[in-house]
Amino acid sequence: MKHLFLAVLAALLLINAATAQTVSVQDVLQSQRELLEKSSRKTIAPAIDAIASSGLPQMQSVLEAWQSKNMWQRKADGLFFLATKNDDGTYALQDFQDGAPRGNAIKKDLKQLKPNSGIRAMIATALVQFQLSDPDAAKRRAALDSIARDPEAAALAPLRASIEGEVDADILARKTRLNQLMTMSFDTDTTARVEAINAMAGDLSVDFRGTLNPLLATKMVITDADTTPEGNIASKLRPGTEALAPLAAYEALVANGLAPALTTNDARDALLEANISNARIAGVPVAQLATEAKRNEVYDLLVDNGVAPARVTASSIEATLDKHSFYDLYLEPSPQVTTAAKAALAKSQTRVSVSQAADLGLDALSLASIYFLAAIGLAITFGVMGVINMAHGEFIMMGAYTGYVVQQFVPNHTLSIILAVPLAFAVTFAAGVALERLVIRWLYHRPLETLLATFGVSIALQQLAKNIFGTQARPLTSPAWLDGAWVINDVLAISYIRIAIFILALLFLGLFLFIMKRTRLGLETRATTQNQRMASSMGINTDRVNMLTFGLGSGIAGIAGVAIGLFAKVTSEMGDDYIVQSFMTVVVGGVGNIWGTLAGAMMIGGFQKGVEWLNPSNTLAAQTYMIIFIIIFIQFRPRGIIALKGRAAGD
Amino acid sequence: MRTTTALATALTFSAALPAFAEDCTLKVGVLHSLSGTMAISETTLKDTMLTLIDQQNAKGGVLGCQLEAVVVDPASDWPLFAEKARELISVHEVDVIFGNWTSVSRKSVLPVIEELNGLLFYPVQYEGEESSKNVFYTGAAPNQQAIPATDYFLDELGIEKFALLGTDYVYPRTTNNILESYLQSKDIAKEDIFVNYTPFGHSDWSKIVADVVALGADGKKVGVISTINGDANIGFYKELAAAGISADDIPVVAFSVGEEELSGLDTTNLVGHLAAWNYFQSAETDANAEWIAAWKAKMGEERVTNDPMEAHYIGFNMWVNAATAAGTADVDAVRTAMYGQEFPNLTGGTAVMLPNHHLSKPVLIGEITEDGQFDIISQTAEVPGDAWTDFLPESAKLVSDWKALDCGMYNTETKSCVQTLSNY
Amino acid sequence: MNTSFIARNPSVLVFLALLALFTLVVTVLSEGFGIGFISTSFVKTLGKTLCLCLVAVAMDLIWGYTGILSLGHFAFFGLGGYMVGMWLMFERTRQIVVNSLSDGVLPPTPEEIKAAIGNQIFGVVGSSEFPLIWAFADSIVLQLAFVVLVPGLLAFVFGWLAFRSRVTGVYLSILTQAMTLGLALYLFQNASGLRGNNGLSGLQNLPGVTAPQATVSLWFFWASAAALGAGYLLVAWVVSGKFGSVIRGIRDNEARVRFLGYSVESYKLAVFTLTACIAGIAGALYYPQAGIINPAEVAPIASIYLAVWVAIGGRGRLYGAVIGTAFVSLVSSWFTGGQAPDINLGFYTVKWVDWWLILLGLSFVLVTLYAPRGMSGIIDLMTRKKGEDR
Repeated sequence: MKHLFLAVLAALLLINAATAQTVSVQDVLQSQRELLEKSSRKTIAPAIDAIASSGLPQMQSVLEAWQSKNMWQRKADGLFFLATKNDDGTYALQDFQDGAPRGNAIKKDLKQLKPNSGIRAMIATALVQFQLSDPDAAKRRAALDSIARDPEAAALAPLRASIEGEVDADILARKTRLNQLMTMSFDTDTTARVEAINAMAGDLSVDFRGTLNPLLATKMVITDADTTPEGNIASKLRPGTEALAPLAAYEALVANGLAPALTTNDARDALLEANISNARIAGVPVAQLATEAKRNEVYDLLVDNGVAPARVTASSIEATLDKHSFYDLYLEPSPQVTTAAKAALAKSQTRVSVSQAADLGLDALSLASIYFLAAIGLAITFGVMGVINMAHGEFIMMGAYTGYVVQQFVPNHTLSIILAVPLAFAVTFAAGVALERLVIRWLYHRPLETLLATFGVSIALQQLAKNIFGTQARPLTSPAWLDGAWVINDVLAISYIRIAIFILALLFLGLFLFIMKRTRLGLETRATTQNQRMASSMGINTDRVNMLTFGLGSGIAGIAGVAIGLFAKVTSEMGDDYIVQSFMTVVVGGVGNIWGTLAGAMMIGGFQKGVEWLNPSNTLAAQTYMIIFIIIFIQFRPRGIIALKGRAAGD
Repeated sequence: MRTTTALATALTFSAALPAFAEDCTLKVGVLHSLSGTMAISETTLKDTMLTLIDQQNAKGGVLGCQLEAVVVDPASDWPLFAEKARELISVHEVDVIFGNWTSVSRKSVLPVIEELNGLLFYPVQYEGEESSKNVFYTGAAPNQQAIPATDYFLDELGIEKFALLGTDYVYPRTTNNILESYLQSKDIAKEDIFVNYTPFGHSDWSKIVADVVALGADGKKVGVISTINGDANIGFYKELAAAGISADDIPVVAFSVGEEELSGLDTTNLVGHLAAWNYFQSAETDANAEWIAAWKAKMGEERVTNDPMEAHYIGFNMWVNAATAAGTADVDAVRTAMYGQEFPNLTGGTAVMLPNHHLSKPVLIGEITEDGQFDIISQTAEVPGDAWTDFLPESAKLVSDWKALDCGMYNTETKSCVQTLSNY
Repeated sequence: MNTSFIARNPSVLVFLALLALFTLVVTVLSEGFGIGFISTSFVKTLGKTLCLCLVAVAMDLIWGYTGILSLGHFAFFGLGGYMVGMWLMFERTRQIVVNSLSDGVLPPTPEEIKAAIGNQIFGVVGSSEFPLIWAFADSIVLQLAFVVLVPGLLAFVFGWLAFRSRVTGVYLSILTQAMTLGLALYLFQNASGLRGNNGLSGLQNLPGVTAPQATVSLWFFWASAAALGAGYLLVAWVVSGKFGSVIRGIRDNEARVRFLGYSVESYKLAVFTLTACIAGIAGALYYPQAGIINPAEVAPIASIYLAVWVAIGGRGRLYGAVIGTAFVSLVSSWFTGGQAPDINLGFYTVKWVDWWLILLGLSFVLVTLYAPRGMSGIIDLMTRKKGEDR
C-alpha cells in the first residue's frame, strides 16, 4: 500500500521537479501544513514522502532540523522556520531556503514541532537515502541504525550502492552485514536469499534471529479431511496433540463458521430467562433453578421443545473435528527459504542456549559478588569477632551517603569516586570504632544484648539519615568509563559496573586474607578471638585489637556502600535490603571463615538466579524460596558450608 | 459530625454578617504520611494542601469562614491510616479530608469514611474498580493513563511486542490485567506480552533487562510499559542505560515516574523514554506558570510540581466551589453539588467531576529531557474517568452513577445495584 | 491450677485486679457504653495495645524465661490475624454477593455465588480464582481453630527442625528473623492467595452485625482484656511450677540441664509452640480492631520491636512485658501522632515526628547497657527498699 503510494508520489513529484525549479522549501512544507501540525505517525507518511522526494537540496537539513525538534512554526502566518534559542530567551528564526535570518520571535508567538519518536524514526528512514553516503561518519551510522531498526525493501538498493565507496572499515562491516540480512528478507532471487541465510547460519545475534523468525511466521488453515491446502506447508496439526488442543481447534472451526458455537453458561441462562412464563420455565418453577445441574436439565427440556439449540457435547466436538484437517502454512511462499531458515535457526538456537546459560552464570556471579561485598565487613565483625552488629546495613548506607556528599562538592565523577572510597572508609571506620568503644565493648559476653543494642543504633542512624538527607533516593552517578556493558554477544553481556563490583569483591577477599594471615593485626585478632585472656597475658592489647578489627569491618562496609550505591540507589533504608541477606551469607557459609562467606554468597546468588530462571515472571518468588532454602539448609549444616573444626568451633 | 452540620447551618445565616466570620472555621483534614516509606511522595502533597489553604484564606476563605488545616501523620502504616481517619472525622470533626497515596491505604480508610459519612479526595492515579460514595477520585483511572499510553505505543511507535514490568502490588497487577486484555482485543497475541513482577525496592535488574532485549529476537518492535514503583526505578533505568538501550530501540513508558521521581536520577541516559500523566510541569499555560511560581516561592526554587499535586489543586478548588454553591460544608450537600463541577486544568481545558466520582481530564504523554523534565509530545482531549474498566469481562457490565442511580457498582445486565457500601 | 499457685504469686492477682479495673474505667468513659469521654478510636488503640501486651507476655516467656531470643513472633501474630481475616472477609462478601445475586431473574447457583465472591475478593489483585488456602474460609469454627493451629504448626515444624539441629543463641535469632522475612515475602506475592500487598481489609465490619463501631470496638476491647488476663494467668502458671524451673535452667545453662537428664529440645519446642499459639490469638483479636492486615505487618522489624518492648519493660517479669509494651507503644503513637509539641530552639525546630525514632533507638541502647532489668527494675528497687533495707 505504502510502496504504491510512494511510487505514485514520486512520479508526481518528478513532473513537479522537472517543471518548476521555482518551488521553495516553504511551499512544500506549507502544502503539508495540516499533516505536520497534526503530527501523528499514522498520518504523517505522505508529508515525509513529499519533503524527501521534492528534489530540493535543502531537504536533508530540513528533515534533520525537524527530527531534532528545531523546526518551529510562526503562529501568526503558519510559516516554518529553523529556530535557535538566543541568550535572552527569544528565538532567532532562519529561513530553510537559504539560511537567511528572519528576525527574532518570543516563544509565545511560536509553536515548536515535536515529532514523537515514531515520527522521528520515519524521518530517519527518509533521511537514509541522503545519509548513507554522507561525508559525516556519524550520519552514516545514524542511517544504518535507522535501517537496522526498521528494515524496508526500499532501502536495499541505496544500501548496496553505498557499500562501494565506504572508507570506514567499521561502517563497511556494518553495511555488508545489513546487506546480508536484508538480502534474506527482500532479495527477489531465491538462491541469493538461501545463500545469505546459509552463510550466517548459527549466528546468535538478535538481528539475525529477528530477520529469520518473521520468515517462519505461519497461519493456521482449515481444510476438509484428506485435502491438502495450497502453499508452503509447515506442518499438519492434529487436534489433541500438544500443538493444538481439541477445544482450541473447535473454537477455530467456530470462528470460521464451520461448526455451531459452544453453549456457554451465560448463553444458556439467557435462553432460560427468555423462556420464563408464569414464573416457570418449561413447566419447572424458576425458584428450583438454583443448581447448575438443574439448569442444564431444564435447558434440555427447552431443547426437546425445540426452543433452544442442542448443547454441543464432547462426542459432537470429536465428530466435527474428524471432518476437518488443520495445517500451519508459512506466509513465505518459497520452501527453499523456509527450510534454510529453519535449519539456520536451529543451529543458532543451541548457541543461544549456551550463551543464555553463560549469561545466567554471569548474573549469578554478579549477584554473588554483591552479596559478598555486602557481607565481607560482617565476615570480620560477626565471623571473626562474633559480634552481632545489626547496624552493619547502616554502615553500608553511611558509605553510600558519603559518596553522595563527595559528589556534591567534586563534580568530576571519576575524581569523586576516587575520593569517596577512602573517605567512606574513614567515616565508617570512625563510626565503627565509636560503636565498639561506647556500646559493644560492654556487651562482649552478652551476644543477644549486643544484637538488641546495635539494633537500637540501627534505628537511630536510619532516622538520622532521613532527617539529614530526606526520604528521597539520592543519585550517586558512576563515572562515564563505568557506563555501558561488556558485550560478548547479543545474549551474553554484563555491565561494567557489575564487573567493577566483582573486582572490588576479589580485592577485598585478597585484602582480608592478607590482613588476617600476614599482618600483626590479623595475628592478634585471631589470638584475641580464640582466647582473649591468653592473648592478653601474651601482652596483646586486646581492647585495642577489638576496636581496630571492628573498625576495619565497618570501614569495609562503608566502601561496599559506595559500590552498591553506584549500581543501585542511595536511600536511608538501603541497609535493610542487605542486612538479613548478609547475615544469611555469613551463617550459610560458615562463621569464621572467609572462604565460607564466599561459598555462601555464591550459593545464595546462584540459587536465586536459578529460581528466577525457572519462574521468570516473578522475582519475588525467587527471594522467598531462597529464604526457605536457607532455613532448611541450616537444619542440615548448622555450622554452614565450611564449618570450623576443633576448639575454634566452640561457642 | 453533627455539631459541624449545625455550625455550617449557622454559618449560612452569618455569612451576610462579616463580623461573625472571624469566629467560624472550616476544618480540612490532611491525611498524608510524613514519615516512613511513603513520606517522600506524600509530604509534597501535604505542602500542596497547606499552600492551597493559605491561598484560599487569603481570598477570604470559604462561606465567609477561614479554613483550618488539621494535619496528621499516618506514618506509611496502613492500619494507622484507618485510625487517623477516624480521629479526623470523629475527634477533630473535619469537613473534608484530602489524603492517601497508595491503594492499600485507601482501602484501609474506606470503611471508616463510609461508616462515618466523611468526604475524601484521593489524588493519585490508581487501578480503578472502585467508586465509593464518600470518595472523589481526582487522579487518573486506568482509561485516563494506561489505555491512552498503550494506544500511543500501538499507533505512534508501532510496537508489536509488549513487556509489562511492574512492582508486585495491586496497581500494577490490575493495570497489567486490563492492558493484557486490551492488547489482545487489539490483536496482539498472548505470546507477545511478557509480564514480570518485582518486589518493592528491587535493585538487581540485569536478568530482566536481558529478558526484555531477548524479546526482539523474532523481529518485532518491543516496548516496555512500566508500572515499577518508587526507588526500584533507579536501578531499572541504570541497568537499561548500561545495556545501551536507547528509547529508539526499546521505548519505556512509565506510569509512576514523574518530575519528583526523576529528581533522584541522572537523566542523560533516559532522554526520550516516556511517561503518561494528566499533568506535566512543562505544560505552557498561565495558570500553570502561576501555580509553579507560588509553589517555588513557598518551597524553594529547586522543587518541582507533579501530577498528584494538580489533582489536589483541582480537587480542592472544586470542593471550595461546591461548598459555596451548596451554601454549607455538609458532606451530603457538598457531594451533590460536586457533580458537574468544572474547574480549569493547569494544562489547559476544563476538568469536570462526573457522577461516578471521577474527573474528566486530558491525557498527556511526555518524553524525558536532560533536565529531568518532560517534553509534552501528545495531549488528548478530556477523557472521562471510568470507575469500572470496559476491558475486563466482570467489570465491563458495571457502571457507577451516584447522581441518577445512587449506586457506585450497578450491574447493567441485571439492572440492580450490587452494593452501595464498598467491599474493601 | 491450685490455690497455692496464686498464693505463691500475689502479683498475678494484683495484675488481674488492675486489668479488671482498667477495663471497667474505659467502659464507663467510652462512647459506646459510657459517658463518651474516650473516643472510639482511642478505645480501639487501647484494645490493640492489650493485644500487643498479650504477645509481649508470650515473648517474655520465650525470651525472658527460656532465653531464646525469637525475632519472628510477629509472624505467628500475623498468621492469627490472617486466619480470622479470611473468614471475616469471605463472610462479609458472601452476604453482599448473595444479596445482589438474588436480584437476578434466576436464583443463583452455588457456583455462581462462589465465582462472584472470588471476583469481589481477588478482582482487586487481578485474579478471580479462589486459591486453595481459602477452602475453609466459609467456616468460622475452622478458621478460629486455625488461629491457634496454623501458627502452632508452623512454630512446631520450625522449632523441631531448629532445636533438633541444636541451632542456638544468635544463630537461632537470625533464623527466626529469616522465617518472618520469608513469610512476609511470601505474603507479598499475589500468588500467595492472600491478596498480596493489599492484604485483607475492612476487618472491623463484622458480617451481619449492625451495631455501630462504638459498640463493636468495646466488644473487642473486652475480648482483648479477657485474653490478656487469661494469657497472663496461663504463662504465670507455666513459669511458676517445675516446668518453669526447668526452662529457667535452660536459659541459665543449657548444657547442665541436659546433663541432668532433661530433654532440653522438647522443653524448648513446647515453649516455642505455646507462645506461637498465644501470639496467634493476640493477632486474631488485634487485626479486626486495626481493620486491615497486610504483609508489612509481619516484616522483621515488627518482631524486633516486640523484643524492644519486652527489654524496656524488663524481661523475666511478666508485668514488665506488659508495662514496656503499653508504655512504648502508647508513647510512640503520641509522639508520631503530631500531638507532641515541637520544640523550637531558635535555630532549629525539633519535630518529634523526626526525632522520636532516634530517641527510641538510643534509649534502647541505654536500657541494654545500664538497665538490663528495664522499667520493672525500678519497681524492684522501690519494693525492695520498702521490704528489706538494702
